[in-house]
Amino acid sequence: MKIKFITIKNGEAVPRNRIPHLAFDDFRNDALTIVGSGGNVVQFFVYPDTGGSLKMLAVLRSGNSLLTAGCDAPEIWPSFTAVHPPFNLFEREIAEQFGITPDKHPWLKMVRYHANYRGADDVFGNDYTQDIPGNYPYYAVKGEEIHEVAVGPVHAGVIEPGHFRFNCIGERVLHLEIQLGYQHRGVEQLLLNAPPLRFPIIGEGIAGDTAIGHSLCMAQAMEALSGIVPDPGARIVRTIALELERIANHIGDLGALSGDVAFLPVANYCGRMRGDFLNMSLLMCGNRFGKGLIRSGGVRFSPTNEDRGILSRRIKELKPQVEHTIDLLFSASSVRARFEGCGPVPTEDARKLGLVGPAGRGSGLSYDVRRCFPTEHYDRLDIPENLETGCDVYARARVRADEVLQSINMIQSLLRFPVETSCVQPNGFSMAPSSFTVTVNEAWRGEVSHAVLTDEEGKLLRYKIKDPSFHNWNALAMALRDTGISDFPLNNKSFNLSYCGVDL
Amino acid sequence: MIKLLKNKFEQGYRTSGYPKTPVELPPRYRGLPAIHQDAPGEMADKCEKACPQRAIDAKTRRIDMGRCVFCGECERISEGSFVSFTRNFGISASCREHLLTDGTLPSLAEHAKAHFRKLFGRSLQLRQVSAGGCNACEADLNVLATPFFDLSRFGINFVASPRHADGIVVTGPISRNMKTALLETYNAVPAPKVVIAAGSCAISGGPFFGSPEVSEGLESILPVDLFIPGCPPHPLTHLHALLTFFK
Ligand code: SF4
Ligand code: SF4
Repeated sequence: MKIKFITIKNGEAVPRNRIPHLAFDDFRNDALTIVGSGGNVVQFFVYPDTGGSLKMLAVLRSGNSLLTAGCDAPEIWPSFTAVHPPFNLFEREIAEQFGITPDKHPWLKMVRYHANYRGADDVFGNDYTQDIPGNYPYYAVKGEEIHEVAVGPVHAGVIEPGHFRFNCIGERVLHLEIQLGYQHRGVEQLLLNAPPLRFPIIGEGIAGDTAIGHSLCMAQAMEALSGIVPDPGARIVRTIALELERIANHIGDLGALSGDVAFLPVANYCGRMRGDFLNMSLLMCGNRFGKGLIRSGGVRFSPTNEDRGILSRRIKELKPQVEHTIDLLFSASSVRARFEGCGPVPTEDARKLGLVGPAGRGSGLSYDVRRCFPTEHYDRLDIPENLETGCDVYARARVRADEVLQSINMIQSLLRFPVETSCVQPNGFSMAPSSFTVTVNEAWRGEVSHAVLTDEEGKLLRYKIKDPSFHNWNALAMALRDTGISDFPLNNKSFNLSYCGVDL
Repeated sequence: MIKLLKNKFEQGYRTSGYPKTPVELPPRYRGLPAIHQDAPGEMADKCEKACPQRAIDAKTRRIDMGRCVFCGECERISEGSFVSFTRNFGISASCREHLLTDGTLPSLAEHAKAHFRKLFGRSLQLRQVSAGGCNACEADLNVLATPFFDLSRFGINFVASPRHADGIVVTGPISRNMKTALLETYNAVPAPKVVIAAGSCAISGGPFFGSPEVSEGLESILPVDLFIPGCPPHPLTHLHALLTFFK
């Protein structure tokens, strides 16, 4: 059977009428075929067309291709998730946003706890007079000696809110349920109503630790729709920024992992060195998280030769420290004893769940946007395949450590030559009418994607955001199965998923 | 063991001398804005229009640092002629109106409440509540515990239970879904207690202002004692605020 989805390039704007509008059954069959034969969901969402009718749109990936098609959205449809779990949160999100129902969805529960956009009957039977989570049937295990541990939304540390519910027998976790929604700020709807000058500020606030990843997706989408092409210098600066973000976060998490197994030297060294990398972003653009750096058309700050010198010197000084700290971490037998075999997510499960980023690579899935759908300067860089097959905390930590060292090398090579870019000026841009674009980038947690549709007048019709955590939260639940509850913090940090990136 | 010692030697002693010795932030850091009162009116209007946060009042020539995200757009547009940012990171205030700055800021030390100093000057235990937002505020509060800032040397700690806390530090625009949890945490802190709003989200809704899913700032929900502006506030801004207000 021939697939009716068409290929679309990363960051390419296409007229909406070029996207095949299929009969629902064909759409569903094709989507299931693609995901069933090793593909994954990049975007799957609903939007109200100009006439008011609801349409579905999917962007899937298969090998090095992005595939897209749409269809009319039925009020009720046979759930995709029942066949292939990677559709899980996407279908629940659709149900929550538009009040339509994936029939026989095995886990049909709210995602963010808000009323749907069109005032339709609530799929979950909530009227939102109650506090979150409303009608939320938690998984329950019954039997003698079974007990539940409920944690959050307010957690013990300085971290984001979320609710975790452990079903345990003794110390052993049978299942962990993760219920989010507390950070919901209504970002997608806000973008529809906000003036374009607010877009980059809102984009940088989707997930602060991924400010570069998300603002890159946003800028690339706006550039595609308005036909602006950033200069090569800007692409280099943006590549450096994304790699700095990756390094800072991975080092921070390696430190946190070390802290959780009570190996404090590495925890402290990493905490300090993470700061040193954040301070490089501060040097580049005045903000430790890179906020204010990326705008449609390029960047707002370009590193001067003096900046390049400072950055190169600092990296040169830090590199051996990073290498030695990582070596110290992985050669400590007390650390290995705790990391190895802890929280396994076998490759087969990872594939079934559709994991992305280091979580996927630690479980044997090599996918990396930088290699498969390169943007910015990545097509000229050699991105190694970071594959670990251990599938445990050790493997996830190892992938991250390797990526830190690779990213340091990348930045060093990019800093070798002067970067020239004419910084973008804040002038308005107009988006092509009746168009569609999708952008994907490999941020430190994995594949970030934004999808944008414009109406006949070139105004936003739909702005869809997907953080990599949207794919990966269930991996944490899987890792915890049959694991001691005291290993939760360690596993949690090995993934370090985003709450606000999912809650939007 | 040898590796441990080698690493310890290589890492060295890293704790900042602040506040005894001054720290300088890099040139592009944007702290307290200098607002040039003699700039042409059109320029002020132009900046007001271009501000994504509606933080500029061209008439009174003030910037609301509670709304501002320090993106630097106004400085770029006016090429520094109307607004230029200084590297002064001490930008916190004890009342909301003080953040409407003409480029100056009332001294936080003078406006600090004396009884807080007496109660918490030697030991301050804080419970952080993350309520919406993007998690960057939390991240830069967290680093206060790293060796460089080493907050605990001042007797200030973040604690796990509100029952052990002297106050709360709130980040995020207080999403509808976090309001109850925030209030419950606040109520669980024994009185007398302090309330700190950290970041532009917590002060005004920040980048998310206007969304029906968030509040217009913590003050619409609880009485706030200390406002720490920024998106996110630099760790030194946090440190300056805590030390000036409580010490
Ligand atoms: S720096 Fe502040 S005042 Fe200036 S444009 Fe940005 S948000 Fe507005
Ligand atoms: S103030 Fe800025 S940095 Fe802080 S939570 Fe809000 S958006 Fe994030």
